[in-house]
Amino acid sequence: MPFKVIDKKDMASLVTSIMEEREVVGPVAKDGKFIFAPIDDYSQLRLDHNITLLPPKEFFLPTEEPILKYKLGAAMHSEPVIEATPRVIMGMHPCDINANWLLDLAFSTDNLDTNYMEKRKKAIIVGLDCNEPCDEHSFCKSMGSLAVEGGYDLFLTDIGDAYMVEYGTPAGMELLARHKGAREATNGDMSRFRAVQDAKWPKFTYKLEMNISDLPNILAISYDNPLWEELGKKCLACGSCTLVCPTCYCFDVIDRLELNLKEGQRLRVWDSCQLPEFATVAGGENFRHARADRLRHRFFRKGKYLTEMFGKVGCVGCGRCVRACLVDIDPVEVYNTLKRTSTPRGWGEREVAVYQQRS
Amino acid sequence: MADQGISSPYQPTLAEMVKIERLTKTEKLFTLHLEGGRDLGHRAGQFVEVSVFGIGEAPISVTSSPSRNGVFELCVRQAGDVTGALHRMEPGSTVGIRGPFGNGFPIEQMRGKDLLFAPGGLGLPPLRSLINQVLDERESFGRVIILYGAKDPSELLFKDELAKWEARDDVELHVTVDRADESWTGNVGVITTLFPKITVTPRNTVAVTVGPPVMYRFVLMELLGKGIQDGSIFLSLERRMKCGLGKCGHCQINNVYVCQKGPVFSYAQLKELPEAI
Repeated sequence: MPFKVIDKKDMASLVTSIMEEREVVGPVAKDGKFIFAPIDDYSQLRLDHNITLLPPKEFFLPTEEPILKYKLGAAMHSEPVIEATPRVIMGMHPCDINANWLLDLAFSTDNLDTNYMEKRKKAIIVGLDCNEPCDEHSFCKSMGSLAVEGGYDLFLTDIGDAYMVEYGTPAGMELLARHKGAREATNGDMSRFRAVQDAKWPKFTYKLEMNISDLPNILAISYDNPLWEELGKKCLACGSCTLVCPTCYCFDVIDRLELNLKEGQRLRVWDSCQLPEFATVAGGENFRHARADRLRHRFFRKGKYLTEMFGKVGCVGCGRCVRACLVDIDPVEVYNTLKRTSTPRGWGEREVAVYQQRS
Repeated sequence: MADQGISSPYQPTLAEMVKIERLTKTEKLFTLHLEGGRDLGHRAGQFVEVSVFGIGEAPISVTSSPSRNGVFELCVRQAGDVTGALHRMEPGSTVGIRGPFGNGFPIEQMRGKDLLFAPGGLGLPPLRSLINQVLDERESFGRVIILYGAKDPSELLFKDELAKWEARDDVELHVTVDRADESWTGNVGVITTLFPKITVTPRNTVAVTVGPPVMYRFVLMELLGKGIQDGSIFLSLERRMKCGLGKCGHCQINNVYVCQKGPVFSYAQLKELPEAI
């Protein structure tokens, strides 16, 4: 059978055994919320968490990462810095697994980014299914990211006093083979697994007022919708949404000299298209200076551009931006409002004409 | 730590500044030679990311023609941290070079056609690379018309080259300045005032214009007014660039990364990109 089972009473020794081989990252509690962090002890691991504040993207794209080091002076030279720690990342929910898949595509298509890919190659992803919504803000079912078709090495489903384990890759199989703790699934396990699956889907609500596959088309005819100006007035351009978003990966590159002025590093740091300086050049011109334009750009990227670039929906509906936004901007409301106001009668003649003009 | 065997697209090649020439109050021309002596191998219209270690990296268009080998030239305006550092350098200094990046001008589409070049201000350096490549293969092209506008006579770039182009009878050059000084005897007015001076055969003409963002809409109106087709008008768009690899996101115009699909775009393509001009 391609299924194994890990009884919950055996998880502690299994994870502790894995920790001897490589770093284990998983959801841990912090100040009443959850974050992904390396664990020192199994007791810190909270697989019962609902959702983390930040996605695990920082383990593939750190908030700050050296990419080059150099020496100045007569013997000037530079060399790449590529840091990659072998890790197991446990407890990634379907939304984050799908988001990570998109990041994998972004960093490997057209110019391979070795800083990202080396970390990715050395990471073993152990996913964890959601048996119920994490809270009222997520909309993963709407974005099609509640199902996982890949992007994991092992995938766990909580079936009560045990986890059903599905293999994703040989690396996942080999991890379980190296450490004791998994056993064969019994028929009883399989029927509990099926019952959990059957009970799961009705618990999640489809919140979009359109088929997810229509979202790029709705956006295509919504470029001049007055909603963007309205949202632009509310939005603070604080960048919280991009900070917590699992599919955001824009970065800046800065140089940092040592105090001796003889050597230094070039670093890559997280950046945000929502911040005013994002599209500003040295001469002073800002190519996206209006807040409303920057906000519109983000929704177009998540709902249309990323989908068209990589074939996966750019937003996974994790709801982190909704929780983080200080002025309660919610993608579901935005997309639904666009649907209602851009297409008052469904695909009317006017809308078709506008769409055809744009394509 | 650094893995010796793994390459990184962020690692520059070192280059030596073999010559530095001041062109104007704010612009200098740097001639560079890559370590190891290999050619940059660029197309006209491409750019490189120039590293000043300790300060940063900046995208600069290559101004020398690909048909001139061994060294390449960059015309740099002093505008920020990296360009300021470049301006303070002496010949013999070392910088890092990554690239060339971008798509370059579609010179293949221009063979056999009349060419209308309209550089404005700092738009001349990238266009110079194409103009010199065309002049090095002059028989492959029809008419060559150059309409160049600068703010005032002190900001005219490549004055020696302009004189050489003026002297050729197979190049039609018109120059204008927005504001004259006491010694200026040429045209006065913005670049659009040069267009009424020329007539073209629209179906056989390819136009290329490069200049500050504010200029594009007006020059486009002139070009379209002459009947030149959308697919035969090319512009080079600048944006903020960091990685040059289509990853960091700064150069996006709608759904396009300018460092990958541009910086050269046809007007036909730009009609799909509302953020472009």
